[in-house]
Amino acid sequence: MQSIKDQMIQIRWHGRGGQGAITAAKVVAEAAFRSGYGGAVMAPTFGTERRGAPVTTSLKIAHNKIYDLSPITTPDIVVVLDYMILYEVDVTAGLKPGGWIILNSPLTVEKHLFPGYRTAVANATRLGVEAGLNKGIVNTGIIGAFGRASGLIDIDILTEAIAAEFAGRKPEENALAARLVYDATLMRDSTTGESTDA
Amino acid sequence: MSDAIIESGNVAAAMAVQLARAEVIAAYPITPQTPVTEKLSELITSGEMDAEYVAVESEHSAMAVCIGAASAGVRPFTATSSNGLLYMSEQLHWAAGARLPIVMCVVNRGIGAPWSVWNDHQDAISQRDAGWIQIFAKDHQEIVDSTLKAFRLAELTHIPVMVNYDGYYLSHTYMPFETPEPEQVDAFLPTFEYKHALNPERPESLNTVTLPDARRDVKSIQRGGYMDLRHNLHEEMRLAIKVWQEIDQEFQKVCGRGGAPIIDPYRCDDADFVVVAMGSLANQFRDVVDRLRDDGLKVGVLALQIYRPFPNSIIAEALQSAKHVMVYEKGLSYGYQGALYGDIKSALYPYPSRPCLHNFIVGLGGRGIPTESLFQTVKTACVQDEQMSPAQADEPRWIGLQL
Repeated sequence: MQSIKDQMIQIRWHGRGGQGAITAAKVVAEAAFRSGYGGAVMAPTFGTERRGAPVTTSLKIAHNKIYDLSPITTPDIVVVLDYMILYEVDVTAGLKPGGWIILNSPLTVEKHLFPGYRTAVANATRLGVEAGLNKGIVNTGIIGAFGRASGLIDIDILTEAIAAEFAGRKPEENALAARLVYDATLMRDSTTGESTDA
Repeated sequence: MSDAIIESGNVAAAMAVQLARAEVIAAYPITPQTPVTEKLSELITSGEMDAEYVAVESEHSAMAVCIGAASAGVRPFTATSSNGLLYMSEQLHWAAGARLPIVMCVVNRGIGAPWSVWNDHQDAISQRDAGWIQIFAKDHQEIVDSTLKAFRLAELTHIPVMVNYDGYYLSHTYMPFETPEPEQVDAFLPTFEYKHALNPERPESLNTVTLPDARRDVKSIQRGGYMDLRHNLHEEMRLAIKVWQEIDQEFQKVCGRGGAPIIDPYRCDDADFVVVAMGSLANQFRDVVDRLRDDGLKVGVLALQIYRPFPNSIIAEALQSAKHVMVYEKGLSYGYQGALYGDIKSALYPYPSRPCLHNFIVGLGGRGIPTESLFQTVKTACVQDEQMSPAQADEPRWIGLQL
């Protein structure tokens, strides 16, 4: 991802109402800002969200101040907190060629290949429980997959931002979930068909 | 940026109100304003803020409580949006006529019917003539700084101040901003001391039925009639432009930020084409201007930071070397054209250079404003050589209609 380090990086987060996609995007915004990106803007979808319904939030990261607050239409990365959303929403809409699809899924990465894109998969639901979180808490774990696939922000800075956000609400378990997912994330490049795990 | 934080625009506003040491908060929740008052309520409950939170049953009462608090010499704050602002309208005019220094954040949202929770500027525009000062913020830093400066402005001029910021685009969006240290704010914003604070030791008769003509009071001092008092409100509101500039300079000395209290031009110096806009829309144009400059077009964007009092001569002078001026706005005077466009047109009339004017209506009720459509419409307006009748050229053009 070195090539996009110089420009604005647009990340679209897909989750379900109440699942914590906005919090996850906010944590990544914090971590990006702490690691030197002067511009970090997170804008939830403006609407009338319902618990359980698919929702999205936009995160823009850049080295300089961001002036354009309009929603993301051509993301570099999409992060999906629940793989079942794939059956309801076209998460690749507008995704730039070669862009990342980062998924929380119990299935193997081979089951989630998207021609022309790169995929990163981890079972954040299971690893969250292993880290000591209640079942269904996936928004901190998926940050680990984001950190691993994108390479944009150091995992230590991400886990520090998680612990700060979740102060008083299992900060260490949430940070551990991200670290476990970071280590377990498997990646495939379907622009060439090669594994990029190494 | 060492002590910068990332939070929502609503939290930015609440933090500024906390720093300003507002003493009475009276508000009624309405989307997208609600998180401002929730945050203030949390700060008061936790003891981090020493103020009284008055839970009221309507926006009309919220403003009535602020009027009462200010009359008693206490620093009040409220916030609202959309139909909530309209429900306050009668009290807005009262607050201005009574010359009470009240600060209110208006989180701009479209007006029903039909219901919309999304952003435009029609709520603020509809209250343009209430006698309130109207400030527009472009980002979270301006929400913080403008709110702090607004308390100073209201208390120096005895005119209430509305700090506007875009619903969702700013209110619910997270971005980095800095907050000054409490000692810095205390140095900038002294304790509120109201000369006419209600005091049983010193009875006064305030805002009673005021006769059409001036008269002498019991001490034989000449007192103005209604028209004279209203004239003074207008004159002192005109002077508030200069006061706002001076406050900005004081704020810069203490907090190190500011410098564009009235207009904030970007790449306008040699621009043949100047876009004028208010709020976050003006910032969205910066990237558009950069792209058009790359295409060889001399374009700039001028953000208007204060709408009432209208800084007509400052704007007109800033536009004297422009050939074309494009006014983009999220509200209008129904049956005519964009309110800001009409104001800019009238500001330019006494000046020797009157650029060609174009009016674009965008984003009503949250209709998306793709940056690409801003780029295309500005570019088209720059390169077109089409002959239009004066009447045609003066009509607003609606961008992004889906009829």
